[in-house]
Amino acid sequence: MGLLSKRDSKLILDPLSDNNPITIQVLGICSALAITAELEASVVMSIAVLFVMGVGNVVISLIRNIVPSRIKIIVQLIVIATLVIIVDLVLKAYAYELSKTLSVFVGLIITNCIIMGRFEAFALANGLWRSFLDGIGNAFGYAVILVIVGFFRELLGAGTLWGYPVFGDAIDKTGLYAWGYENNGFMLLSPMALIVVGIIIWIQRSKSTHLIED
Amino acid sequence: MEHIELLFKSIFIDNMVFATFLGMCSYLAVSKKVTTANGLGAAVIFVLTITVPLNWLLDTYVLQDGAMKWLHPSFEEYNLSFLSFILFIATIATMVQLVEVVVEKFSPALYNSLGIFLPLIAVNCAILGGSLFMQSREIPSLELAFTYGIGSGIGFWLAILTIAAIREKIRYSNVPPPLRGLGITFIITGLMAIGFMSFGGMLTGGDEAPQGTVKEIVLESENDELGDEGDQTVLDTNKEIE
Repeated sequence: MGLLSKRDSKLILDPLSDNNPITIQVLGICSALAITAELEASVVMSIAVLFVMGVGNVVISLIRNIVPSRIKIIVQLIVIATLVIIVDLVLKAYAYELSKTLSVFVGLIITNCIIMGRFEAFALANGLWRSFLDGIGNAFGYAVILVIVGFFRELLGAGTLWGYPVFGDAIDKTGLYAWGYENNGFMLLSPMALIVVGIIIWIQRSKSTHLIED
Repeated sequence: MEHIELLFKSIFIDNMVFATFLGMCSYLAVSKKVTTANGLGAAVIFVLTITVPLNWLLDTYVLQDGAMKWLHPSFEEYNLSFLSFILFIATIATMVQLVEVVVEKFSPALYNSLGIFLPLIAVNCAILGGSLFMQSREIPSLELAFTYGIGSGIGFWLAILTIAAIREKIRYSNVPPPLRGLGITFIITGLMAIGFMSFGGMLTGGDEAPQGTVKEIVLESENDELGDEGDQTVLDTNKEIE
């Protein structure tokens, strides 16, 4: 890459695989599980987190030298909360139905551990450009898992992708349903999100064995 | 009656961890040993019991549409609800710091057991989630908000305690290497969540009771038309699943 040095591109690529925020760092699970019943909600949530993380990391990195450490957490929370309010208002204005589906989980981006975790671990100690890259990279790592989980849950649970029927019509028995295929409604229920993430972790760790815990 | 119903509902049916996945990060990170899990659970109960009623007051007297009327009639047209995220999280962060200072001063023993968890809690989704659900489910009174806070806290405590106990035992089992640690915890949590889903039918089956004795507490918007049509809704969802 011409634009990024090797060290910088590592910041973006690492969270996608070996340092994934969800499957390895165990951050930001709450929202990853709760809203992944549909692909569309997963993608919108990912974009929201991408925005908050990118901008938030830059702001924290800018003010990291003037904030006393005693009030650090409150300042960070205020920065995130402001960004999340922006996201929430934009969603309410342009995608009202979707903001109903996401309900409180947009607000819960504030306490999404990915954001606080990366602020603490990275943005407080690094410069502006690298913090921005780190934010973007981790948000992409988060998005990858969200999209995979959302994809399988919607496909197997409702037989649709982004709201469009893929396998044919379940009620008129066309397409795959004519052959006796049935949607697995259980995939839409929340416990299956946990199990799907569990399986992703399983696959990832059997491929890269150095990640296996004790 | 209302209180018992809400307590039951917030502990089992709408369990923080198993139904809404709140507080998952600390749930996964601090559940390796029963004693630490117990400490975190107790701290969550403590903080939720304080912050949910406080945020209820804030929501009712400051944030809602026209809520500032008590201050001056001309404030009636103000709707500050867009500020709720920032005010809730500020309340939680300050309360956590305050509680930390007070507990340290008056009860060093309690501080030693809760102390290290208190800063963690400010950024625990379960705490903010408790307040946000309190707002979106429109809990009607301060006492009920108090009950809701305690109930949600107990739900989290129960969840983290059970998973910690299971994780302590599972160390002696032969789990496939790639699943060890995090992976198997996810899958067990999924299975436990399926178990907790069975509590879901317990409050909607109240049709045998004479009308008017059981007050329906409206917790979720889709529960609005429960009551008489409750069975109908259950049937419909069954149909969808099939």
